[in-house]
Amino acid sequence: MKSFAPVLAVVSAIFVIWYGMAVVLNSTWAYDKAKRADVTLSFSEMVADTMVQKKPLLPAPHQVAAEIYKTTVLKKITSKRSLIWHGWITLSATLLGFAMGTGFGILLAVGIVHSRAMDMSVMPWVITSQTIPILAVAPMIIVVLNAVGISGLLPKAFISMYLSFFPVVVGMVKGLRSPDHMQMDQMRTWNALKPTMFWKLRLPSSMPYLFPSLKIAMAASLVGAIVGELPTGAVAGLGARLLAGSYYGQTIQIWSALISAAILAAALVALIGLLQNITLKRMGMLR
Amino acid sequence: MNWIIGALVFWAVMWVLNVKLSKGPQTRFISLLVPFIFGVTLLVLWEGIVRGFAISPILLPPPSAIGVRFANSLPILWVDFVQTFVKGAMSGYILGCGSAFLVAIAVDRSPFLQRGLLPVGNFVAALPIVGMAPILVMWFGFDWQSKAAVVVVMVFFPMLVNTVEGLKASDHMQRDLMQTYGASYWQGLAKLRLPAAMPFIFNGLKICSTLALIGAIVAEFFGSPIKGMGFRISTEVGRLALDMVWAEITVAALAGSAFYGAVALIEKAVTFWHPSQRG
Repeated sequence: MKSFAPVLAVVSAIFVIWYGMAVVLNSTWAYDKAKRADVTLSFSEMVADTMVQKKPLLPAPHQVAAEIYKTTVLKKITSKRSLIWHGWITLSATLLGFAMGTGFGILLAVGIVHSRAMDMSVMPWVITSQTIPILAVAPMIIVVLNAVGISGLLPKAFISMYLSFFPVVVGMVKGLRSPDHMQMDQMRTWNALKPTMFWKLRLPSSMPYLFPSLKIAMAASLVGAIVGELPTGAVAGLGARLLAGSYYGQTIQIWSALISAAILAAALVALIGLLQNITLKRMGMLR
Repeated sequence: MNWIIGALVFWAVMWVLNVKLSKGPQTRFISLLVPFIFGVTLLVLWEGIVRGFAISPILLPPPSAIGVRFANSLPILWVDFVQTFVKGAMSGYILGCGSAFLVAIAVDRSPFLQRGLLPVGNFVAALPIVGMAPILVMWFGFDWQSKAAVVVVMVFFPMLVNTVEGLKASDHMQRDLMQTYGASYWQGLAKLRLPAAMPFIFNGLKICSTLALIGAIVAEFFGSPIKGMGFRISTEVGRLALDMVWAEITVAALAGSAFYGAVALIEKAVTFWHPSQRG
């Protein structure tokens, strides 16, 4: 809790800058309007106008908050204007992709740890795979999978999976190799088989490495799902809200989609943090 | 059918070869050869399966077709590369990483600001920042400036967090020693704490190198002049000319790997003393 005050200070500084930027950026339009209506604006009138514009260059925080409130609480969940509905679509793709990515990543890590040939041949390519800007390929994957008849959740989930398996592989390989020589030798003196060694020693000791990777993977797969929604032609999801907003200049809508994506990311990462605490505490590993 | 069987046989042979090689003595040559063989095997499998199952080139073109297209459209690819990578990604990368570094040094003297910035920075680094792209395109126009702006926003926080962490990396004993030498704050920073921070700073630079390319390409989906890798990818997908898309992807992959490799090389030269570089 000792970092509460500093964090509060930084966050409020961000809000102050945000309001300041809103005034600066939106003032041109406010003056323009006044000029056309043949009135001269005093400074305070100009500031007041920058806070309530319909399509501001940068909406003020309270406008975004009002929009989020309007599209979550006041709209029915089934309505296509409800952010919760759009958020759920993005969330389901994120979670599916995250699950597939984590599963694939762990399997790959197990293979890499147990087979020297796999370690040498696959590992460099796993690293190279991440220098490919997969998000740039996202439109193609979506279009191609659509052409084969796979549409809806899966294509987006594939992109999420591609982004999320990498941190899991790296973390798990490190984690599965973390038992030291003494511990491995001890298992060997008990004549433990490889599977026993895996379940009783390697897997438990990899847990502290797994969770931080999961956090990164979760954030990455949310980004993947959002970008995956861009090329589907702005049908549904937070990414679609972003695209539709940018087509029609609805800045408030863009910002509200952005902020809700941020809240979603924070909630998901916090959830994994909670799971981490519980698991590590029960395993007696929490420092 | 012959294509598939051929590909599978090739795969099996190469797999056995790799297992043999990896059990043998570990020289530098072998540790490069094994992943190379694996990569070639993947390409052969891809080619064989596409030809064997007669998959339409609209869905998945074989690597040979992509190679031909790549060789034939070098001028276009080069123009796109300059627009997206050199103008968009690189200028954004330098600006973003540079300003994050300067901010980290600026808040270095205030533990209060550091304690506040670290959690916020960590939080922002986990956010889907790419979503800022449409807004920044709106602000800075369609040309490369808006792409550079997206890259700046994307790389700023990961870089900031890593640099702030890095500046804390020197331990008490070392800092006390500097004090007994009567070193000023700036001397301590230049002689001890910045060098000690280098592994962290390079970690940030490496993470940002892939982010930069992604940011520049994705930003082009929201509007761009009629050149650029993101622009080309989205229009060629629309025309179902997937071989061109794959050629762009190849360029992106090559550029991304080369960029990452260059940063890693500089890291090796700068942080030669670090345990992870000596092994």
